[in-house]
Amino acid sequence: MWNYERRLEFPVNIKEANADIAQAIISQYGGPDGEMGASMRYLSQRYACPYREVAGVLTDIGTEELAHLEMVATIVHQLTKNLSMEQIEESGFRNYYVDHTVGIWPQAAGGVPFTANQFQSTGDIITDLTEDMAAEQKARTTYDNILRLVRDEPDVYEPIKFLRAREIVHFQRFGEALRIVQDRLNEKNFYAFNPGFDCAQ
Amino acid sequence: MNTQFASEQEKLLHDIGVLGFVVIELSLYLDTHPTDQNALKYFNHYNRLANQARQEYSAKYTPLTISCADVSACNDWQWALAPMPWEGGCN
Repeated sequence: MWNYERRLEFPVNIKEANADIAQAIISQYGGPDGEMGASMRYLSQRYACPYREVAGVLTDIGTEELAHLEMVATIVHQLTKNLSMEQIEESGFRNYYVDHTVGIWPQAAGGVPFTANQFQSTGDIITDLTEDMAAEQKARTTYDNILRLVRDEPDVYEPIKFLRAREIVHFQRFGEALRIVQDRLNEKNFYAFNPGFDCAQ
Repeated sequence: MNTQFASEQEKLLHDIGVLGFVVIELSLYLDTHPTDQNALKYFNHYNRLANQARQEYSAKYTPLTISCADVSACNDWQWALAPMPWEGGCN
């Protein structure tokens, strides 16, 4: 189960509305390398993981991704809540506004809705952890791209910089988790069997 | 960090954020280094400080978690009435 802590992992206090920046940052809510996919990926992969401490890594990073999902939603919310009708009409945000007003909905910056096809849960821990390491790097690249767009907006820059740094730490932890898995397999052929499936037969 | 705080409440919530972050970071480290004795000591120290700060905040202001919510001296449900984190200002 989960408990809610009624605070953000890192503070977000954005004073000025900015529709174009919101339109870009929504991608880290429901885009292909966003926090919704990240949390659902790790929390779904845990069950087929036969090693307890690796399942723990997936649980704890998956949980932290939920806190990041809340931070990204907060950034978009604060960037859009005080938009005037004129600002919406003049920005790229008008197409989002038609369907969602200034509510939060999981989509990529280009409007593509969130889908579970954006992540895998293969039931093979080597495959899953390799995807997880790639996912952290893809999210880091996306945050790098966002940082270039918000370089003159310190209220947005600081929380995005924090989120980017977390991708690097998670990449490191998933790399260690993969090493823990491989240390328990035949080093001459890590892929001789799926440790979460074949051993149980 | 040269952050200026508008109130004692804001400063305490900032401290909880710092302490809570240390606990998150150490938890992930310990997941892959579960016998690191120095990290265990470090975790124990900061987890205690973080929990004390949460209890203090909940006693003085509003509860951050349901488990911190002490309603014995209240006649309303502050969990529902307190600001949400996305409202900005004090978080």
